Amino acid sequence: MSEVANTIFSPELAARFDHLVTIYPMRRSALVPMLLYAQDEVGYVSDAVVTEIAQRIGLLELDVRNVLSYYSMLRTKPAGKYNVQVCTNISCMLRGGYEILDHCKAKLGIGHKEVTKDGVFSLEEVECIGACCWAPAMQVNYDFHDNLTTIKVDEIIETYRAGQGKDVK
Amino acid sequence: MADVTFTVDGKKLTAPAGTLLIDACKSAGIEIPAFCYYPGLSLQAACRMCVVRLEKVPKLQTACTTPVAEGMVVQTETPEIVQARKATLQLLLGNHPLDCPVCDAGGECELQDMTFKYGAAESFYAEPKNHREEQKWSPVVYFDRPRCILCYRCVRMCGEGMDVFALGIQNRGSSSVIAPNVPADLTPDHLAHVDCEQCGMCIDACPVGALTSGTYRYKTRPWEMNHVATTCTHCGDGCKTTLGVRSTSDGSEIVRGDNRDKSGINGDFLCNKGRYAFDFANNDDRITQPLVRQSNGEFKPVSWEEAFDYVGKRLRELRDTRGGKSIGVIGGNRLTNEEAYLLQKFARTVVGTNNIDHHRTADYVSFAQALAGQTNRTASLRDTLTAPAILLVGGDPTNQAPGTAWNIRTNVRNNRARLYVVNSAEIKLRRQAKAFVRLAPFGYGALAGYLAGDNAAGSSAVTDVNALSTFRDTVKAEENLLILIGSELRGAELKKLIEFGLSIPGAKFALLADYANSRGAADMGLLPDMLPGYTPVSSSNTFAEYNAPAEAGLDMLEIFDAAGRGELSALYVVGSNPVARYSVDPAALKDTFVVVQEMFLTETAALADVILPAANLYEKSGSVTNSYGDLQQVKKAGDRAGVRTDFEMIVRIADKMGADMRKLVPFGKGLRADMGQSRGAQSGEADRHAIWLTANNLEPKLSPFDPYAILDEIQRLVPGYNVLRLQLLSGNDQHLQPAASGLVQIGNRRDLVLPANDTLFTSGTLGRYSAMLNDVQQYQANQPLIQIQAAD
Repeated sequence: MSEVANTIFSPELAARFDHLVTIYPMRRSALVPMLLYAQDEVGYVSDAVVTEIAQRIGLLELDVRNVLSYYSMLRTKPAGKYNVQVCTNISCMLRGGYEILDHCKAKLGIGHKEVTKDGVFSLEEVECIGACCWAPAMQVNYDFHDNLTTIKVDEIIETYRAGQGKDVK
Repeated sequence: MADVTFTVDGKKLTAPAGTLLIDACKSAGIEIPAFCYYPGLSLQAACRMCVVRLEKVPKLQTACTTPVAEGMVVQTETPEIVQARKATLQLLLGNHPLDCPVCDAGGECELQDMTFKYGAAESFYAEPKNHREEQKWSPVVYFDRPRCILCYRCVRMCGEGMDVFALGIQNRGSSSVIAPNVPADLTPDHLAHVDCEQCGMCIDACPVGALTSGTYRYKTRPWEMNHVATTCTHCGDGCKTTLGVRSTSDGSEIVRGDNRDKSGINGDFLCNKGRYAFDFANNDDRITQPLVRQSNGEFKPVSWEEAFDYVGKRLRELRDTRGGKSIGVIGGNRLTNEEAYLLQKFARTVVGTNNIDHHRTADYVSFAQALAGQTNRTASLRDTLTAPAILLVGGDPTNQAPGTAWNIRTNVRNNRARLYVVNSAEIKLRRQAKAFVRLAPFGYGALAGYLAGDNAAGSSAVTDVNALSTFRDTVKAEENLLILIGSELRGAELKKLIEFGLSIPGAKFALLADYANSRGAADMGLLPDMLPGYTPVSSSNTFAEYNAPAEAGLDMLEIFDAAGRGELSALYVVGSNPVARYSVDPAALKDTFVVVQEMFLTETAALADVILPAANLYEKSGSVTNSYGDLQQVKKAGDRAGVRTDFEMIVRIADKMGADMRKLVPFGKGLRADMGQSRGAQSGEADRHAIWLTANNLEPKLSPFDPYAILDEIQRLVPGYNVLRLQLLSGNDQHLQPAASGLVQIGNRRDLVLPANDTLFTSGTLGRYSAMLNDVQQYQANQPLIQIQAAD
């Protein structure tokens, strides 16, 4: 049973959060992991998430928003069902990261941090995702695709559009 | 702390260990520039302006975070450092709009000063500036994003200083932005807002023009105003507020209030009311002509001469036909001490009545009597900043005396003072308290009894008597305890609490009241049974020479009861609104001749036969005493054609009543002055006054309208008011300790205390006529009030 009545999270996540605030020397250290897990479950960090997390840690909502706005991985608006994150940091850039990004933009018809009309795809230009050895790389939700070419990207997007893609959460 | 010796720019300096280098240099007259450093707040080291060269340290260090150490060798102004600071400025100016010609901070801007000093005016930054529209966060706080230099001063000021935490930093790097606590997507108008105490301390702390004040924006420039430091007219703390004044066609208008030089009793602090609520003075509804009610019931504007003639004649008639006892006089809580003293002297000697009272907001008579014969037992407001331990019984300083609350918070934060709070409500200061005792409603009397040793009373004060017993022991063990008492405690209960406190060595007391001069009004004897300095009427011969009545008069309620019975021939009200405050039935005054001196057409003024337009505390000179007993000067700042000070009006009415002016106001000199010669030496007040003046190296004042003539008399006659003139005239505060003589203890007197219950955004009559306060009230009514607990 969660410590917070009427929690907006699933019972499992609520239980996880109850535990999370107890394992750090300071309660507020749990803030960033909580935001991330909440985003994974809800899809984005909504105002309701901010309110409940502030309540759970004993912070002001303003404090939560200060931290939330610092991290570009944390979203305050819903992303698409499949969030395509193309890396354009140095290694990927040298191996054509920007071409991949432009290709995705043209293919999906959306720009950075935008969502397609049907809500299936969203696109993001991200900093290094740690796949430099296999650059250029991109991440769809939590699934990696590397050594990309534009053709490969088309295939990946089609796979996801057909609902065949791995949707790692 | 032991002293350490170190060298700065070749000078040998000493400072206590642990002092920050920037402070140590400042004390030695070496200025190290800084944007983000603010004494008393946490260290940030965000701006990199205060970099200095420490010997044997590879990189430049920030002086604001470096504690001095033995043998440290420091350079503060080498070409290298100048270059570093210049580079910092160039980076800051990369995105800072050069709108100094319209910016409110122009002329008072630290960034301007630094640029002037280090010359970083030419920029290598070719990209277009990143502009953002200014935001209105609240009626009084505006934010200009591009001007912000991200020094975090406002964030710390709001969080640490005010304990409100309404501002934060959002986003990252160069797109960082100061964000208020109500984000845009949660508001109906989709604009970010700030939900806070609206004190404007963030604006004060801002080194540039990023945060600006709603009441002053784009009005004028700092150098186009005269700056008059005076005492705030609102609550009982008596903070110094500096009013920016500009000439207008009908006087001089107050355009800004702030805490410009931070030299007052309030240190860094100024609240919403002191900063913005001067605008009642500029209200269009002010009465600017004497009004006399005609037979058809309408007010007709008349000349001053006619009004004074009429009032003087009528009051004289009524005094002579129905006796002075049929006349009532009510004074205000925002009069100067001189006016209050003059008013009671006028009532007692010219009208011949003791029916004089004011709206009492705390029981100062019992307070003075309980401390009779004690010395150094009353606290100054300054003590709240230094006391090692503070017991706060009742009251809610956060809302009613923000300066006190600021001092307590600062004291707890910076000196680790121990704060103990006892209250029947969960007041905000409990967040700083070491122990908080929640009393049962109306449990203050029982609590005072319990503390004084009556163990049976504990159960009616709190639910958990054991906790209270521990609390009592803890408090008793504190030496040099400062006991702040709210106006909930009165009469016998107050005396009991003070009795308990007197058993603690070094304990000091303060009784918190509302309004700028409630304390002064009580000190000056605006009371039916007390003369100035808490001398009982019956036991004194101060005014014997004038045949003043020797028995106590009617108090506030009895005056209106008498009016209801038709026994009150006249009522003279100076700067007070008793009809609204005490819910008086207007019909009660139908047969009474009512004279009201007031700024606005209040409920009381609406019933008057004569209304005399009065100046407010910002438009007169004199002295006021805050609720701690700190005497401070009031200086004339604003001016309004067609109003007069209450002092002048009282004198003129007395003159028209045929009173001897020289007996009312001791003035005059030379051939035409009667300093007692006509009555033989050593024979009268005038003579005694002249001798006293000579002994004190003071000159006789030349005008009956000079409040200082009355101040002379106050100083001579009122016990405890041994004022140091130089302190007063220098704009400093001085702590006075008037206490009852202790000869005559009055038993069952009614205390009649009616706290004003003003909140952060109300201020009696003035608050109703302050456009800004009304705006803020309306604005805050729509906010969730995350932080502020509304006063019960």
